[in-house]
Amino acid sequence: MLPLAQVHIRDRTAQDPSCVAQNGFCPDWIRDHIGDYMSPLLRHVELTVVSVLAGFVIAFALALLARRRRWLIGPVTGVTGVMYTIPSLALFAILLPITGFGFVTGVIALTSYNLLVIFRNIMAGLDNVPEAAKDAATGMGMTDHQRLWQVELPLAIPEIVAGVRVATTTTVGLAALAFIAGAGGLGQQIITDIVFKSNIVTASVLCILLAAALDLLILGAQRAALPWRRAAG
Amino acid sequence: MTPAIVLASVFGQFSDGLDFLVHQRESVAGGVQVGGSTMWPLLGKHLEVVGLSMLFAVLVAVPLGLYLGHTRRGDFLASSISNVGRSVPAIAIVLFFSSYLGLSLVNLVFAMALLAIPPIFTNTYVGVRQVDGDVVDAARGMGLSGLQTVGKVELPLALPLVFGGIRTSVVNVIATATLGPFAGVVTLGDPIINASVYGEAGRIGTAILVAALAVTAEILFAALQRAVTPAALRPQRRGLRERLRTSPRLAQVADTPT
Repeated sequence: MLPLAQVHIRDRTAQDPSCVAQNGFCPDWIRDHIGDYMSPLLRHVELTVVSVLAGFVIAFALALLARRRRWLIGPVTGVTGVMYTIPSLALFAILLPITGFGFVTGVIALTSYNLLVIFRNIMAGLDNVPEAAKDAATGMGMTDHQRLWQVELPLAIPEIVAGVRVATTTTVGLAALAFIAGAGGLGQQIITDIVFKSNIVTASVLCILLAAALDLLILGAQRAALPWRRAAG
Repeated sequence: MTPAIVLASVFGQFSDGLDFLVHQRESVAGGVQVGGSTMWPLLGKHLEVVGLSMLFAVLVAVPLGLYLGHTRRGDFLASSISNVGRSVPAIAIVLFFSSYLGLSLVNLVFAMALLAIPPIFTNTYVGVRQVDGDVVDAARGMGLSGLQTVGKVELPLALPLVFGGIRTSVVNVIATATLGPFAGVVTLGDPIINASVYGEAGRIGTAILVAALAVTAEILFAALQRAVTPAALRPQRRGLRERLRTSPRLAQVADTPT
């Protein structure tokens, strides 16, 4: 059984005793204590943003390699696919002896989950660039390097962004377990008091709102960056 | 520390972890035996939770997906259910259920089934929707009733995708079942969460076991998915996967790690 070594994180006597003492859902308590959730929320944002950025950089490098050496696609998808299958709770625990307790371990595990989705979408985006556009670029005298950066990648942006959005919302959810690795975040806040409904609901709702906010932010950035696609949505 | 010493220490901790799985030892605080054969009940409970929640999820998600896919309603539901499902942390659902409904196996199974339903539902729905309209018309023309069309035409053609959804969910559920101790159910998550009882070796050894379990399930269900694909469909499968890979909307149907 779980030794419920629970730290009752708040002084509850000051509030409505009937609700808080019964571990209920107490709007008043939430209003008074929402400030305590800001620092875990910020840590959650850090975990998500750093992991998605790191995942993007690695997946992007792999995709550029695989673009020229097509045989790499199979092995890269296979290895990142196995990483994707490993349960996050287990991966956090397995990494502990190697990278220790803390933020870095959380980021490494979360990054490994982003690789497959982002890599797959970058490859799909590049593969879907119309041959005619590539031919036109070559016909205009572009080098391979110019064609990649000025034609293929801009045309692949919608699919790449779709991958980053999936990776971001997924990471927000997974980061809720990063407390096992000692990386903090809203999950840490949830387990400080797992019987108090106000605590569970507040931390969970913040998680879901964070995922929605980051998703909208990326979508907004894409629309701002690609004015010619706005009509298509 | 030189890299060699670090490597040796890491290797030592991993082999101690594996040793925990095969040999019993005393718990950290003493008095209780952990590891070795005492892991069987944990594994049994883990698989019981996985089996029950998958059964429940399949019984809900497959008929619903078939019905909405057949009647061609539910595009919005199919795309939103998987988007929302992804961002809700598993631990939030498990704790939400256990705090509102109490600590019990049934509540844990119910919470986990909720997490398992979206991939199966979405895949079943997409699987039925992608069936060629001409094939459905031909079935109608041959005098098949609505139910017969579903059973003899749409379901067989959708089966590879349905099993794809089940495969995703099984792996998810094996992962989520590690949160069982938070709902008062002692699964394989217990040694990972309560390292103060089982020790570091218990945490690492069990984590390796859970990872192996998930990868095995993935391989097993991938084989099952191939097996249920009718031979005549196999060349077509490539086209389907291609479409899944290249359409951003459909690509989101693809799995979520947990």
